[in-house]
Amino acid sequence: MKDDPGYYDYWPYRSRPTIRWPNGARVAFWVAPNIEFYELDPPRNPHRAPWAHPFPAVPGYSIRDYGNRVGHMRQMKVLEKYGVRGSISLSTALCAHHPEIIELCRERDWEFFTHGIYNTRYTYGMSEEQERAMILDSIETIERAVGRRPVGYLAPALSHSEVTIDLFAELGGLYTCDLFHDDQPTPLRVRGGQRFVSVPYSLELNDTIAYVVNKIEPRRYGQIIRDAFDRLYAEGTQSGTVMCIPTHNYQVSCPHRLKAFEEALEYVTGHSDVWVTTGREIAEYYLANHYDAACADIAARRKEA
Amino acid sequence: MALDALYLEYPKRHYGMDHDRYEWSMLTDRPPVSWPHGKAVAVWFNVSLQHFPLDPAGKPVKLPGSMVMPYPDLRHYTLRDYGNRVGVYRFLDAFSSYGIVPSFAINACLVERYPELIDAVLECECEIIGHSWSMDTPHAGGLERADEAALVARSLDALRTRTGRPVRGWLSPGKLQSANTPELLRENGIEYFCDWVNDELPYRFHTESGDLWSLPLSFELEDRFVIMDNQHSEASWAQQVIDALQFLLEEASTQGGRLLTVSLHPWVLGQPHRMRHLEAVLSHVAAEPRAWCATPHGILDVFKPTTTKAQP
Repeated sequence: MKDDPGYYDYWPYRSRPTIRWPNGARVAFWVAPNIEFYELDPPRNPHRAPWAHPFPAVPGYSIRDYGNRVGHMRQMKVLEKYGVRGSISLSTALCAHHPEIIELCRERDWEFFTHGIYNTRYTYGMSEEQERAMILDSIETIERAVGRRPVGYLAPALSHSEVTIDLFAELGGLYTCDLFHDDQPTPLRVRGGQRFVSVPYSLELNDTIAYVVNKIEPRRYGQIIRDAFDRLYAEGTQSGTVMCIPTHNYQVSCPHRLKAFEEALEYVTGHSDVWVTTGREIAEYYLANHYDAACADIAARRKEA
Repeated sequence: MALDALYLEYPKRHYGMDHDRYEWSMLTDRPPVSWPHGKAVAVWFNVSLQHFPLDPAGKPVKLPGSMVMPYPDLRHYTLRDYGNRVGVYRFLDAFSSYGIVPSFAINACLVERYPELIDAVLECECEIIGHSWSMDTPHAGGLERADEAALVARSLDALRTRTGRPVRGWLSPGKLQSANTPELLRENGIEYFCDWVNDELPYRFHTESGDLWSLPLSFELEDRFVIMDNQHSEASWAQQVIDALQFLLEEASTQGGRLLTVSLHPWVLGQPHRMRHLEAVLSHVAAEPRAWCATPHGILDVFKPTTTKAQP
């Protein structure tokens, strides 16, 4: 084991090369609905149990199924109302289980990125070859289903190995959502030397973290989204920032919660200098316009140090 | 280092669910539901009457609300018992004053333990739902089939005999089930259960002994979950229920009848500092002209024909 993941160098938020988003936007804003499939009876992983209860884990399984049966359409309607194209973190087995959802998102030109095959199949304990096969299967499944190869990754259930990001870059990926070290995209060092970036995805604004781990109230969730936006919008006058709201259709779409989310979205998208976009567009824009300057700045600072 | 090859096989990656208990279906793909008198949202309050033994075995799992301190955990035992002695009478008065009839899910051991409590509940025309024997009889994986069969039969027999009412519904303690629970419920004359909270309307649930109705009882809005687990204030709980009703009323205006289910515990909301928040919710619901306060069986009676019509 290593004491540092080794993907990036320390790079202070101050005095970086300035990021300019399209049309002078201050914040690149994206919403990442996780559309997941959890198995009722997954094979056992020696490092992590999928469910809190013995088979059948009715409470855990059924609320997640609720997300697909009930929650998805609600969230999609709200995102559509505010002109947000979702960037879907997809359990790619859903292409087989629930193709109706895939089609609804494809019709709306949403982005699909891979979140593994099932959210009950953890990376822990996989050989490199197994992990590569799993990631490749997930990439090809999306490509077959929607006709476009995904370029973003969020490891299933945020379960990683030391080579997860290297493998994804080798398989043609451009960006990962797995790292939470910054509010701007950052170049990542991968073993194959590919041009590859981290696009900020937020753990703190993630509805499941907010509701299940931090146990906050629905209206406070709406408030923290607004507060985060205000800060990133203000700082964005200096250099462009990124704001992501990762969601889960089984959390944000509950009847006592969706309105708070909707009002926060209305607030964010009601500002003039916001680039409402997708994870892929942020990664591609950054790679084309800012990646080289960032790498040069990081290298120069290393040399000075 | 590598995982067993099985870990990278996906035998159930096919259309629909990864089990055969029910069919995959999105809420918005179903025919719109019409509640009586053109009401938009059916509202069902369920009150769970529970007994938490002082000496729980906790097998195969310990249920939420169970004892947590070294034996004898008098503080939690008596705090739970408070609901049956004091809180429930506040509930009965509150429901009565707003003209709303809840259902009662009753741990069957209360039939013998607290006969006066059962009498008080039976004074209203409420529906009684099976709720196993106690809060130390979880229906969960690891329970032997024969033991669970006896548990289901014993619980339902006691409740049906004592109340004289047809007990058609079932709520498992902690909403847990074993792989056999649905079959055993069906074999004991149960028509619907409330444990699988994967929908907001009833749906058909298959068992080897015939179909059941699944009538999901919300977990996310439950008083115990919001107040005890999430540590939200009682005022916030009331706000969340009212927000949910408001949301469903709006959705119903374009998508057909919706259902709001609220799970309550006298040992949680029956405390003096919490009662006014339950009353605020009851008052709000009672004053909402588009809400239909209904019992679970009343909901199913209306719902069933609408689906039969739609299905060839």
